[in-house]
Amino acid sequence: MSSPVGAPDPLAVTPPVVAAPGDERRMAQRERFRLLLRSKTFIAGAIIVGFWVFCAIFGAAIVPHDPLRSNPLNDLAAPSGESWFGTDRLGRDVFSRVIVGARGIMIVAPTATVLATVVGTALGLVTGYFRGPVDDILSRIIEAVLALPVIIIATLTVVSLGPSNLTMIIVIGLVFAPIIARTVRAAVLSERELEYVAAARLRNEGNGYILFREILPNVSGPIMVEFTVRLGYAIFTVATLSFLGLGIQPPAPDWGLQIFEHYGVISGGFWWPVLFPALAIASLVVGVNLVADAVTQAFER
Amino acid sequence: MFIFFASQVLPGDVGRRILGPFADQASVDQLNEQLGTDRPLIVQYLDWLGSFVTGDFGTSVATRQPVSDIIWTSLQASLKLAILAFIIVVPLGIVGGVYAAMKEGSAADRLISVGGLSATAVPEFVWATILILVFALGLGLLPATAQPPDGAGVFTQIKYLLLPALTFVFVLFGYIARMARAGTIEALDADYTRTAVIKGLPWRTVIRRHVLRNSLLPTIAVVATQIGYLIGGLIVVELIFNYQGIGQALARALTQKDFPVLQSTVLLIGIIYLVATLIADILYAVLNPRVRLGAEE
Repeated sequence: MSSPVGAPDPLAVTPPVVAAPGDERRMAQRERFRLLLRSKTFIAGAIIVGFWVFCAIFGAAIVPHDPLRSNPLNDLAAPSGESWFGTDRLGRDVFSRVIVGARGIMIVAPTATVLATVVGTALGLVTGYFRGPVDDILSRIIEAVLALPVIIIATLTVVSLGPSNLTMIIVIGLVFAPIIARTVRAAVLSERELEYVAAARLRNEGNGYILFREILPNVSGPIMVEFTVRLGYAIFTVATLSFLGLGIQPPAPDWGLQIFEHYGVISGGFWWPVLFPALAIASLVVGVNLVADAVTQAFER
Repeated sequence: MFIFFASQVLPGDVGRRILGPFADQASVDQLNEQLGTDRPLIVQYLDWLGSFVTGDFGTSVATRQPVSDIIWTSLQASLKLAILAFIIVVPLGIVGGVYAAMKEGSAADRLISVGGLSATAVPEFVWATILILVFALGLGLLPATAQPPDGAGVFTQIKYLLLPALTFVFVLFGYIARMARAGTIEALDADYTRTAVIKGLPWRTVIRRHVLRNSLLPTIAVVATQIGYLIGGLIVVELIFNYQGIGQALARALTQKDFPVLQSTVLLIGIIYLVATLIADILYAVLNPRVRLGAEE
């Protein structure tokens, strides 16, 4: 009667309510992490992301130059032994700015994603479990938010609230929350019909207990997947907002901001202040997406 | 839903925003009265919605031009760019996805799947700068701006639009190839494909009549959902390539606090997005007899 190991999807397999479902779940969980660690995609992604996490934490201590110190006499200098990636239009060291630039985005994007996951999960649990008018009203609001491209909503809100890291976290968090809510709601809808929920109701458990102690652990798979996938999109959005001048503000050494400040001088042949931050963003989003892809495969099939 | 858009776009005191924080209150009030922005929000909203439906989008606060003029010219420009991008990326994505599915598990498959996914994850402005660096600055093949000279012929226009369109190609290829691949793999495994093979049909016919017909369904749906995403990307790409499209119009309206332009543009984008989704659903139904009866899911 126990579900076969190796196909540990609670949604597809519908674990029968027998003795110690918790143990079974833990075993399935462990199996997933084993699968993850064996995936080449995951390892490659984790190494890239790990490198940038390291830079975000220790970058300021190890870079050769102060990323904020400008030197007008040495502006737009080509890459050399002194400054490996050259200097920008204010004579600041591009290499140091790229390394330290990891910090802003690595704080804003994950925080926003956590906010989105918490709010989205709560919304999804409530709408999926209670159905009825609560579901109707919240679902209409969710659809309204989803009716516009994310970047446009984010741009409009940031413009009216004024750009700051906090604004970005809140905006991205609240814009992504409905997307996560939709996924969680779908998972809860199939979960609430299962016998263990009926059993908990018969035991006279409160709604809060059923939602958070019974259903939540069983929909943790889709939530994990959503979190990693959204993290990729959050980085994408933060970088784009910063590029539009609506995100992380100068003189912070943010990558999107560096490209924004220098894409005008590309035609003058000054490629280094643009290329290196561009490669930094590309590598980080690719890393996160490799991880997300591996997580999706481990948790969904 | 429309109220939602409108209230999103209407934060605070319009007159104050236009004149800046140092203008005296009297002139702010005067401008507000002139613009009608001193009236209750709901009245303004109904008034604006009424004229929007009849095609009168109002007058731009910044340039004093009719909003519809601004929007239609920029919409046409953006449409050109979007169509060129789709003409390149849709066949490419489908061919790539189907090829990857036929060689499932091979190096080429991994390259298309993982490479496409990675390319998709990279923001448009990063692709745009890399493309400019390589093709405009490095090789000198294509112009770095997208705005063709006035009265340019079709081919010159395409030449100018190629780099911005390629930016979208890089971003969208992964999505489309992924959907085409998943659809094809599913169709290859299906019973009807096995029946067709056993029946002795030539492999080419099996692929064309049975596999492709079924695998392209989800692909078409995903292409249409990408239209909304494409509009978001247009802001960034048009900015980098200095192209006067709808994204650039929106960006300019934002920085100039030009609310009539802003409202109409955003609402129009919302409508385009909804229509695109609707068309996707209809296409899906036309191509797939199973969902024609409107069954849920």
